[in-house]
Amino acid sequence: MTGRPDQPARLPHGGRIDRTTTLRFTLDGRELTGHPGDTVASALLAHGLTGVAPSPYRGRPRGIVGAGVEDPGALLRVEGSCAESMLPATTVELYDGLRATTLSGRGRLDPTPDLAVYDKKYVHTDVLVVGAGPAGLAAAAAASRAGARVLLVEDRPDTGGALLATAPGDGPEGAALTWATATRTALDAEPEVRVLTRTCAFGAYDGNYVLALQRRTDHLGAAAPAGVSRQRLWHIRARQVVLATGAHPRPLVFADNDRPGVMLAHAVSTYLHHYGVLPGRRAVVATTDDSAYATAADLAAAGCAVAAVVDSRPELTDTAREFRDRTGVPVRTGSAVTATSGTDRIDGVAVRPLDAAGLPAGPGEELPCELLAVSGGWSPVVHLHSQRQGALRWDADLAAFVPGTAVDGQHLAGAVRGTYDTAGCLAEGARAGALAASAAGLPATVPAPHRPQAPAPVRPLWLVPGDGDDPAAWDTHFVDLPREVTVADLHRAAGTGMRGAEHIKRYTTLGTAHDQGRTSGVNALGVLAALRGADSPGALGTTTYRAPYTPVAFVALAGRETGALFDPARRTALHEGHLARGAVFEDVGQWKRPRYHPRPGEDMDAAVARECRAAREGVAFMDASTLGKIELRGADAGEFLNRVYTNGFKKLRPGLARYGVMCGEDGMIFDDGVTLRLADDRYLMTTTTGNAAAVLDRLEEWLQTEWPELDVTCTSVTEQWATVAVVGPRSRDVVARLAPGLDVGREAFPFMAVRETVLACGVPARICRISFSGELAYEINVSAWYGQAVWDRVEEAGRPEGITPYGTEAMHVLRAEKGFLIVGQDTDGTVTPLDAGMEWVVSRHKDFIGKRSLSRPDTVRADRRHLVALIPADRRTRLPEGTQIVDRGVPLTPQDGPVPMLGHITSGYHSPALGHPFALALLAGGRDRIGDEVVAVVGDTPVPVVVSSPVLYDPEGTRRDG
Amino acid sequence: MLQLTCPWCGPRDETEFHHGGQAHVARPADPAALDDREWAAYLFFRDNPAGPFAERWVHSLGCRRWFHAVRDTVTYAVLATYRPDEPRPGVAAAARPEGESR
Repeated sequence: MTGRPDQPARLPHGGRIDRTTTLRFTLDGRELTGHPGDTVASALLAHGLTGVAPSPYRGRPRGIVGAGVEDPGALLRVEGSCAESMLPATTVELYDGLRATTLSGRGRLDPTPDLAVYDKKYVHTDVLVVGAGPAGLAAAAAASRAGARVLLVEDRPDTGGALLATAPGDGPEGAALTWATATRTALDAEPEVRVLTRTCAFGAYDGNYVLALQRRTDHLGAAAPAGVSRQRLWHIRARQVVLATGAHPRPLVFADNDRPGVMLAHAVSTYLHHYGVLPGRRAVVATTDDSAYATAADLAAAGCAVAAVVDSRPELTDTAREFRDRTGVPVRTGSAVTATSGTDRIDGVAVRPLDAAGLPAGPGEELPCELLAVSGGWSPVVHLHSQRQGALRWDADLAAFVPGTAVDGQHLAGAVRGTYDTAGCLAEGARAGALAASAAGLPATVPAPHRPQAPAPVRPLWLVPGDGDDPAAWDTHFVDLPREVTVADLHRAAGTGMRGAEHIKRYTTLGTAHDQGRTSGVNALGVLAALRGADSPGALGTTTYRAPYTPVAFVALAGRETGALFDPARRTALHEGHLARGAVFEDVGQWKRPRYHPRPGEDMDAAVARECRAAREGVAFMDASTLGKIELRGADAGEFLNRVYTNGFKKLRPGLARYGVMCGEDGMIFDDGVTLRLADDRYLMTTTTGNAAAVLDRLEEWLQTEWPELDVTCTSVTEQWATVAVVGPRSRDVVARLAPGLDVGREAFPFMAVRETVLACGVPARICRISFSGELAYEINVSAWYGQAVWDRVEEAGRPEGITPYGTEAMHVLRAEKGFLIVGQDTDGTVTPLDAGMEWVVSRHKDFIGKRSLSRPDTVRADRRHLVALIPADRRTRLPEGTQIVDRGVPLTPQDGPVPMLGHITSGYHSPALGHPFALALLAGGRDRIGDEVVAVVGDTPVPVVVSSPVLYDPEGTRRDG
Repeated sequence: MLQLTCPWCGPRDETEFHHGGQAHVARPADPAALDDREWAAYLFFRDNPAGPFAERWVHSLGCRRWFHAVRDTVTYAVLATYRPDEPRPGVAAAARPEGESR
């Protein structure tokens, strides 16, 4: 019967494989061959082999059971530039040179970086059809005929669905297959129809948003073209969705039902007709419904010796009788396979008659075979319906969960509804496609509802009892193969009193393997029902289906947004200059900011100390461009700022600047910064670097939703300006040289004044006397285009004074020495301006956002955490951020219970100016503890620290004006 | 993913928007006149209905404008969207499956 000695189970003809080309591949070190169109599983079976890696926990022999994503057993690790594990052998398409190993339930993540390209596509469509079996093809054709834009996605490489597992030829099935091929050709020719094969719709979300993964080059191996993404994630927004997702066959639960050679009947038909493979020469077929008779007939026609069809139903159905009369194969009605025998593969089955209660009764027989094709009924693939909160209902006639309620914008056709006959699928598909097109607003002629055939009777066999009466002993009755959950396990779970399916799932891990219980979920409910004497699985409820329907690699979800494209990096106009000078950068929000500028041989401490000294004793400069800048214009800008800030801005005179704090309505500090009044109707607000977008959003929110009557327009101008801060007692000389047209005298250009001028280099500049260090300081703002040139001029102008660039680390030390907080570092959304010791910034005369909250009982508690400074008593120990503070004498013995915490350190540095480390901290009742000693727990070491006012350096403010 | 119809830009994906909580909660005209309980009610307490709920949304990755939506919190159906200066339209709850657990 075979054409090739190396593939003894390959039929001489038939199937959809290309016999003219031979592919060579390696599985578990064995050299094997196959053909284009094969999967690894079908090629393995073509060699007469069925075994794969043993089961993960008990080491039992395992084989191929299914023919698609429902297969519970055969997992591969496929080698490559980046190996991939946990791929079902039944879905991995063969290519020349493929190297794979079968896995015992566990994969290994390849640490090699995956250099393949993964991309995404965002599409809109009128009608999305999921599944290209007869129902899906009919739906797509009908929707297209109505003029709809149609997207048809099919998980498998071919369209045709279950028809691919049927015999071609002149019969009704052959005619349907011919129709399917012609329909596919016609759809491909339609300009508004796109058919995507190898594309699995794995998630359905609100508003008919569907995610689908397309495998674009996996099947090509070395022939994969360069520049084509390996996988593509489709984001699909569909007006209407048609689910034609089909149904999965269910196995049967009996003793030793996991032995290799036990296969799903539908899978056997698929191997015969799709792949031209006969999975066994002597077979027994066990079924609970009519569908397996087609498999039995297929096997007989292919030359297989079918010993018997074992049918649970007591009476011969028309289909069974017709089969028996035509083939002469005996049919054992009212019987079941109760056990298998064999070692690495079955060599026979035990068959026994069943009594009315479904219990084995009377003498049985042994039938030798190497293949047992089982059909325990069908489970509609309701996942995408259920993911949209569509309910399921138990249909006793079909012995299956079927969709029970409608989901808005979702139509169902074919086996997903429990319609299994081809004519019914075609009719339902055509109607669903027309309904979908019509609902999408297109003129469609909707055919009348299909009158379903009465389904052939089924007699589900949820549990074929084993030897004895005690289910606890039935530990080779496998329900979930990959998780090795048996009837004994379910019996134990039920015995603990668990009733809910979700509880039992978690207790036994049933349904949690790669196949997500596709073939085991309903059987598990059936077994539980049988153990409990309940009517049906429907009485026990069902599990919740969640995306993804099939496993999706994280790389595919990430797409191109990895590495440098993961998050935008924002760079100031001066970035290249910082790079050239060897600055060490840190991330502040999305910004790249110089942290310090080391000289050769310097570590961070040395560089920061030198930078701090320059700012305190000479002159230093830094790139302050990242501060958020928002321009507010309009007649009511002052009134608006008065409401936003805790202090007043309406009466600020043009040409002056003021520091402000803004709170949320809860009274907690939200942001701070200096705002300049440029003109009567024009302000420039600066914000914390990382908070600029949030502040702008907040301003817009209040303007649009609460005070739309105010005449204010907010514009982000952060990136339009480059800002150079020139800081230190000698900064006045440098600025005088830079801006000769500006009177920089102490009285002429006072603190918090704003001046517009033109620099010596011809660049217009806005210069402010703002200090974040306590020193005499200027901020020079110029158009970002001139930023680098002006930075270079500052450096040049400061050369006589030895001007020193400094970074964010020195900036932090300088500001912390002065007790200037940083929002988000020294505050965390639980700190009011009063907690921060800033009552001077809180107006008593006007309302502002959050004011009322500052007098709530909770915000006036005496033991609120106050911002204070801490100085280590030994003047040596560094106090890291996050260090917890406890009272003196509190034993640090967490084993004896919680250690009461007084607060924590928010900023900790070494101060070159003070000559010792210090910290800022939030400390319960901190202002009342000034002068007291508390304990900072650094690692495991209690460090005595003295509480101090947060302003440690120049508390009189004598240095501000130089 | 929800699809929301911005009153100015038209239907867009949820990822372009940010949610802003319950709509039609006016800021008290004189917060200082409120006692602690009244202020706390404004500050902390919002409705949490199972069914149609008027919410604030902002088209943050689009026109950056705020608007209101009535959304069914059970079915996630967006029943209406409207400008902040418009009154809440009367909309019925979306049909929803019965006896279904979420």
